[in-house]
Amino acid sequence: MAKQPIITVNNLVKNYDDFQAVKGISFEVYEGEIFGLLGPNGAGKTTTLEIIETLRDKTSGEITVDGFNIETDAASIKQRIGVQLQAAGYYPNLNLSELIVLFCGLYGVNKSPLEMLEKVALTDKAKAKYKDLSGGQKQRFSIATTLINNPRIIFLDEPTTGLDPQARRNLWDLILEIRAAGTTVVITTHYMDEAEVLCDRVAFVNGGHIIGIDTPDHFIDQLVASGFERKKETKGANLEDVFINLTGKEWREN
Amino acid sequence: MKYSNLRATLAIAKASFRSIIRSPSAVVFSLAFPLIFIVVFANIGGSGVSVDVGVVKGCDTLNPVYIALKNSNVIHLIKDQPADEMNKNLAKGSIDAIVDIKPYTPGKALGLNVQYSKASAGKGGILKSLLNNVFYHMQSELLKKIQSFSALQIPKVVDLQETTISGREYKYIDFILPGQLGFSLLSSGVFGTAFVFISLRLTLVIKRFFATPVKKYSIVLGEALARLVFSLLGATFIILVGHFMFGFTLIHGVVTVLNMLALSTIGLIIFMGFGFVISGLAKNESSVPPIANIVTLPQFLLSGTFFSVTAFPKWLQHLSNALPLTHLNNAMRKVAFEGAGIGDVTHQLLILLIWGIIVYSVAVKTFKWE
Repeated sequence: MAKQPIITVNNLVKNYDDFQAVKGISFEVYEGEIFGLLGPNGAGKTTTLEIIETLRDKTSGEITVDGFNIETDAASIKQRIGVQLQAAGYYPNLNLSELIVLFCGLYGVNKSPLEMLEKVALTDKAKAKYKDLSGGQKQRFSIATTLINNPRIIFLDEPTTGLDPQARRNLWDLILEIRAAGTTVVITTHYMDEAEVLCDRVAFVNGGHIIGIDTPDHFIDQLVASGFERKKETKGANLEDVFINLTGKEWREN
Repeated sequence: MKYSNLRATLAIAKASFRSIIRSPSAVVFSLAFPLIFIVVFANIGGSGVSVDVGVVKGCDTLNPVYIALKNSNVIHLIKDQPADEMNKNLAKGSIDAIVDIKPYTPGKALGLNVQYSKASAGKGGILKSLLNNVFYHMQSELLKKIQSFSALQIPKVVDLQETTISGREYKYIDFILPGQLGFSLLSSGVFGTAFVFISLRLTLVIKRFFATPVKKYSIVLGEALARLVFSLLGATFIILVGHFMFGFTLIHGVVTVLNMLALSTIGLIIFMGFGFVISGLAKNESSVPPIANIVTLPQFLLSGTFFSVTAFPKWLQHLSNALPLTHLNNAMRKVAFEGAGIGDVTHQLLILLIWGIIVYSVAVKTFKWE
């Protein structure tokens, strides 16, 4: 089956007042995949993501999302995507159910709060305030708000930063479930193990350029073929495996 | 399904309203403060002046002077203090005067000692003129008796004709309540709006909204709607408490209340404009109060919230008359006490409209979405 591009970015440039954050990048995201944007802080990942999400204006270049042009059809795009922002807050003094009701109104859809909270295993927190949630719960709730409008694509900007290993693995499972349900996922992360587990394809962004797009496997094979060797012999497990083994796999968030 | 901007606007209004009624500061500023001021001022303002007069032990209480003092509603007689304590209090000014009246025999001059205090010269003056009035009446009685025996008529110096026309009693609550209502609208409009928009902006709530199909105007309108509903409920509550507990005058009843709510709406819209400006100027939440106070404090003090603007010196009155709250208060009082309709306060509304245009043209320039 031929892979259908659902997002096409062509020669995207973004200039801020005094510097160029994105210097002409091009890539495609295929329908139904998990696509990772990897790179150091300040590489331009978030800027690129926010331009595709219609939250920021581009300086030049062309972008289509699910067949809609970002310049002329921003409103149609917003209805088809779900966005999780880095460090976004939610309306103060409302509980999770009320926040879901608010987002239903903003998206113009009818969903029951419990149905949405169930998808991210937060039904027991329906009456809790967002600020009282743990880090992992906050991220799961954010993801619930991105799913309200049955989006074709969701964008997750560093969803696992600051989470403990259990919460992180738990979130991976959630992301894999969302993809299994047919939603395309675009994710940024600093954790290469995470990208290796989750992403079908990754793009490395550095200094406003894309310096490589491929599957994680292919990247690793290429590096090994070039004669690269790890300094230390890899063991059958790593320290994180030890941590999970000792502290258990269940979530630690209550 | 077609996307509905109305639905999005109402969703924001509902969320915002829930958030407002759960935030303690909104409830305290919009309801508790005005009510406390009303309770305090309605009680101290109502009875007017009171002069405390100490009565020396053994003072004659059957003479006309004592009876006149007793029947005066301005004079408050203090009978149960020992002499030295009374003198101390007089020196401090917590008693305004001490009287000692000798037993009265008709036909003889009445012996009367009055001590005033420099510590309370003004109130002493009230007692003095009240006493003079009593003496004048006693003298007139005496003169009348003498006249009945004499053919020689003494010409009248003054021919005094006193009449009191019937009218509505203007109680202090009638003055203080519209002022407090204005103050409530001002603080809710300025502080509430500024805080909400700056916090939604800084916590990226608005940015997250922008990732949904919602329009910018829905966000502003939804917030404004919630604040309006909250403030009008608060205003209704204040008016009802004032009316039923403190006898606040509502000439045409429900119609007057509706007119006052219409004025409240106009006032709140203008005050929210200040809030929008401040939310754009402030860098963070802690810089909101200083800027907001620059807007609210002068109006709180100078716009006839507690005392009539006419009590100020002329130059200050010009400043007062430039402030929007002054005109909202004046319009409120006209509507509530004089029974004016919205059409009768066009002068005030015109000045408010000019303020509205100025404030919103600044707000459009300074307002920041992110």
